[in-house]
Amino acid sequence: MHEEYPVEKSDYTRAGEASASIKRILKQLGISGSVLRRIGVACYEVELNLVIHSDGGVLSLDVDSDAVTLTSADRGPGIPDIQMAMREGYSTASEEARSLGFGAGMGLPNMKRNADDFFIESEPGKGTTIRMSFRLG
Amino acid sequence: MTIAELIPLIEAENLIPDADLTKEVSCGYTCDLLSWVMAHGDEGMAWVTVQTNMNVIAVALLSDMACVILPESIQMEKESLDKAAAEGLCVLKSPLTGYEICGRLHAAGIPEHA
Repeated sequence: MHEEYPVEKSDYTRAGEASASIKRILKQLGISGSVLRRIGVACYEVELNLVIHSDGGVLSLDVDSDAVTLTSADRGPGIPDIQMAMREGYSTASEEARSLGFGAGMGLPNMKRNADDFFIESEPGKGTTIRMSFRLG
Repeated sequence: MTIAELIPLIEAENLIPDADLTKEVSCGYTCDLLSWVMAHGDEGMAWVTVQTNMNVIAVALLSDMACVILPESIQMEKESLDKAAAEGLCVLKSPLTGYEICGRLHAAGIPEHA
């Protein structure tokens, strides 16, 4: 199956809705326990990254018999230094995001830690794509 | 320890009337950086935080936590409480400081990890 969720820039009140829907769908498909929690955390982090850092984008969910794949594709602005961005504690989040408790610089490292496979590609001026897969069973 | 047993221990008030207070509290944590909490959240966790926005509820639900505890009688926004009620997540409010709440949880045998 394939589902898509548009996520808008700076929409903090709706942040997490796509992740909640995805978690509900996966639960209905019989996915549970630690793999569901790992997917939930990684999904929420990537959704928040779209809200906090991107110019908006789409979060998509693909499920087949042996894996769940989450893909985030945004419209920019791109990450100039991925190595830095992957470092725990490094963050470029705005004051608004920080006032809500975000911006700990844990987003990308959290995604990488929770996913079985983690792929990131970014081009400044174009955008960022993150793909994470989670093995089932 | 269940949430019902935790309430008198930290002199708390339950803000979600329909929440299931028989849920087991298996570990405790305190932090106000949500992404940090995402990295350490666990099933059955009692999480002490001064943050009150909607995202607190989302983080607690994604980690299958037992409850959120607001220290020092901090008020939570109605939207956040409505969301917690809709999802069946327990939110407690205590007059104690986060330090004191964690001290009492720890002394009562609630560990760091489930």
